[in-house]
Amino acid sequence: MHPAYNLMRHVYGWLLLTPAAILLIAFTHYPTVATFYESLFSKGTAIRPSRFVGSANYQAMIEDPIFWKVLVNNLWFAAGTIPVSVALAITMAMLVNRSLPGRSFLRMAYFTPTILPMIAVANIWLFFYSPDIGLIDQILGWFGLPGHNWLGDPATVLPAIIVMTIWKEAGFFMIFYLAALQNLPPELEEAAKLEGASRWYYFRRVVFPLLMPTTLFVLVNAILNSFKLVDHLFVLTKGGPDNASNLLLYYIYENAFSYFDTNYAATLTVVLLTMLAIMALAQFFFLDRRIHYR
Amino acid sequence: MQRQYRAVSTAFETFAAWFIAILWISPLLYAFWAAFHANEYAIHFELLAPLTLDNFREALSQAPFLRYGFNTFVLVTMLLTSQLVICTLAAYAFARYDFVGSNIAFALVLVQLMITPEILIVENYSTLAELGLVDTITGIGLPYMASAFGIFLLRQTFKSTPKELEDAARLEGCGTLGILWRVYVPLARPTYLAYGLVSISHHWNNFLWPLVVTNSVETRPLTVGLGIFGAPESGVDWSIVSAATLLSVAPLLVAFLLFQRQFIQSFMHSGIK
Amino acid sequence: MLTLIRKTLTRVAMAACIGTVPVAAQADTELTMYYPIAVGGPLTQVVDGIVADFMKENPDIKVNAIYAGNYNDARIKALAALRSGEPAQLSVMFSIDIYELIEQDAIVAFDDIVTSPEDKAWLDSFYPTLMENGRTGGKTWGIPFQRSTIVMYYNKDAFRAAGLDPEKAPATWDELVVAGKKLTKADGSQWGVMIPSTGYPYWMFGALTMQNDQVLMNSAGDTTYFDAPSTISALEFWKDLGTEYKVMPEGTIEWGTLRQNFLEGKTAIMWHSTGNLTTVKQNAKFDFGVAMLPANKRRGTPTGGGNFYIFKKTSPEERVAAMKLIKFMTSPERSAEWSMKTGYMGVSPAAYNTRKLQDYVKDFPYAAVARDQLEFATAELSTYQTGRVRKALDDAIQAALAGTKTPAAALREAQTTADRLLKAYR
Repeated sequence: MHPAYNLMRHVYGWLLLTPAAILLIAFTHYPTVATFYESLFSKGTAIRPSRFVGSANYQAMIEDPIFWKVLVNNLWFAAGTIPVSVALAITMAMLVNRSLPGRSFLRMAYFTPTILPMIAVANIWLFFYSPDIGLIDQILGWFGLPGHNWLGDPATVLPAIIVMTIWKEAGFFMIFYLAALQNLPPELEEAAKLEGASRWYYFRRVVFPLLMPTTLFVLVNAILNSFKLVDHLFVLTKGGPDNASNLLLYYIYENAFSYFDTNYAATLTVVLLTMLAIMALAQFFFLDRRIHYR
Repeated sequence: MQRQYRAVSTAFETFAAWFIAILWISPLLYAFWAAFHANEYAIHFELLAPLTLDNFREALSQAPFLRYGFNTFVLVTMLLTSQLVICTLAAYAFARYDFVGSNIAFALVLVQLMITPEILIVENYSTLAELGLVDTITGIGLPYMASAFGIFLLRQTFKSTPKELEDAARLEGCGTLGILWRVYVPLARPTYLAYGLVSISHHWNNFLWPLVVTNSVETRPLTVGLGIFGAPESGVDWSIVSAATLLSVAPLLVAFLLFQRQFIQSFMHSGIK
Repeated sequence: MLTLIRKTLTRVAMAACIGTVPVAAQADTELTMYYPIAVGGPLTQVVDGIVADFMKENPDIKVNAIYAGNYNDARIKALAALRSGEPAQLSVMFSIDIYELIEQDAIVAFDDIVTSPEDKAWLDSFYPTLMENGRTGGKTWGIPFQRSTIVMYYNKDAFRAAGLDPEKAPATWDELVVAGKKLTKADGSQWGVMIPSTGYPYWMFGALTMQNDQVLMNSAGDTTYFDAPSTISALEFWKDLGTEYKVMPEGTIEWGTLRQNFLEGKTAIMWHSTGNLTTVKQNAKFDFGVAMLPANKRRGTPTGGGNFYIFKKTSPEERVAAMKLIKFMTSPERSAEWSMKTGYMGVSPAAYNTRKLQDYVKDFPYAAVARDQLEFATAELSTYQTGRVRKALDDAIQAALAGTKTPAAALREAQTTADRLLKAYR
């Protein structure tokens, strides 16, 4: 190849990349590094300027019971939402992948929560969960059951939020399964039928393994969402009662924008970043190897 | 026997499908009910309660939802336009220019798939403050303009474009950008549509970052306006909150109902790597 | 180092993007005021009206009111604006933000602005109780405006139905429990009393502790009394309303939806801000009453709400203009008008002596309950590191009410946290 072209190739390549590179560096790479850096300094005010404190913020974090609580909440939140919404998503996709009456309505019904903003969803659900006057308590009342303070009881607040999140997310994940199911060769099902395999057997031994790449993709997305999605807390609980529904990102927000302690917020962000990094590496080394068989 | 069993199970599946669907759609139907009825019926369900538009009138008079809607529209349009341009250029570089460092650069781009801007609110806020872009619509959009997802998606599409088409265009005297515009972009139309719809619905609904960045009516998008409206100091009125909620989701919801197939196809398309 | 790089980079970028910065040359003084209410609500119109009147009287001053949402949002937004160099000369913010604002070096003391003896007298024209949260270290930092206390709203129809005297609200804790038991229906369709425990639990708790003759902090804002025996027994009483006497639902009670619960008759009594008075008056479909909170060892309530602050980054002319605006808005006439339209309190005795407020009170005596209660009021919880200290107490209250910790254990923990946070300020 022509040497001038060869050089131009590099120049053009970088030129084309430049706008994206500037923005990505400014809003992804630089802040990631800066977060680590800021976490080594104390909270600064006009009277007490910020100073280097080494690992003091990390020490404080380890001794901060709220940090551990939000971390555990986050894990329960993920463990509560992900398996159920993924299972529901597969079920939904299987149900509407065949011809049945009203199929497009069904798909729409499943998918609609996905396009609603979480903040709107929370507004609607707040009313369901409201004690005494809320819809759930009223329905319980018809059956003579006592109402419950769903969001005011530390034992039920996280499950209540999990149920709402499942409602919001299952339809979104269904779409990916639907796409994957439509890519399966139809001969597979016919072959299974000829063999006399039961539908359950066919699903378990043929379909589910073939959906594995989709499941992994969905899982990664779901885990990411469970860390990123805190919008509903602003409307529903503000993390209460007693942090029973508080999540890591919301706690970061509180520290940065309610207590003006951006340095402690940065320390907490480092934890979040580390977890995401571990996930990314796990996906890269472990999961990708299994996805690429197709 | 076998056939009978199949018929029963099909009927059961149809029932299950409808059952879930009704369960899934009912919260939204409920919001509709509450929004179109006087407040007392939000709590005491009565089938033939009189319909009213008062809640919408009240919501609109209590908060500038039309302005919020306009802000959201500006935000989404501006953001999508910039995303398309920026991601197209970058994706083209990755797909067709084997430049030095391209692999590392691509890996660095993909970092954003994991570390999305909302996770870095603290640092991004101070960057924005230094740029003097706090409380501007540009400021809301800026961190999202270079979208790793968009770059990734378009790169895949561009890679599958036959190289011969590019060579033919080059023979006709097209420059780099000419080739991109005449050959690659038209062929990637489905990807653009898919990405566009996903991006619009994502940013229409985004809350945390806009909340942090905006302070005033002139910049606040619908979600933030709704969030503030729904949690006032004194107390909430269900019917009015429902009406406000519907007002905020209506444009996207109507678009979705009209272009259901495209929406669903787009989300499907965007998920297939 | 990184900050330096960022600063240089952004400066370069700014110069490249913007080129020249247009300088607004105006002879008039322009004031930007942050205000802690949601946009477009009924209160916005009232504030807009007052501001418009002010500008009519002072054509050389232009006021931009920015409605920032709730108190928390207003503080965040105003401070953020200051930090990023956007204009902001004055703001109504939470009265308890005072220490945070001082620590951020964001505000200027009124003593440093007022010079004439007349102005100094003006500083003393407000109710002293309302000034408590605005004064520290011998200086005045905040001027009361959007101020409230907690009052007891009760449903007279429900009182009648339960065989209680509708003109006689419970005046002591014991009476509250007795009345509550009569008002609570076994089927759960009506509770005796609800005290909200989300949003501002520490505020409601400030009332209960004051009734127990105990304050929550000292006036220097560096010491809290969360684990004092009277504090603990106040929380025990609050919890007992649910678990022991069964006159209040167990668990936390949502601040935002409580008014609706009251209006729907789901509770016969609610404790809430006087700021709700006008809305309740407009929407209650039953005969309702407003009373002072009941007493245990004494009556008591914290004051609450927002004060005017003037930011430090202001020119002398802007300070003069800001003072004019604040004096205008807190003048007896305006304060009276504000009180009538919202239910918030008039801020000075003179406001209650105006003709219109006197007439209004004659017509609607409940409008004066908050004023009458001022005699028993105390400052709202406010310390250095106030956000964190408050959260420690809020969490303790919620944990006790939800039954995950005993009141004593929860409050001791909160006190330990507060001690750790405040050690550096003593």
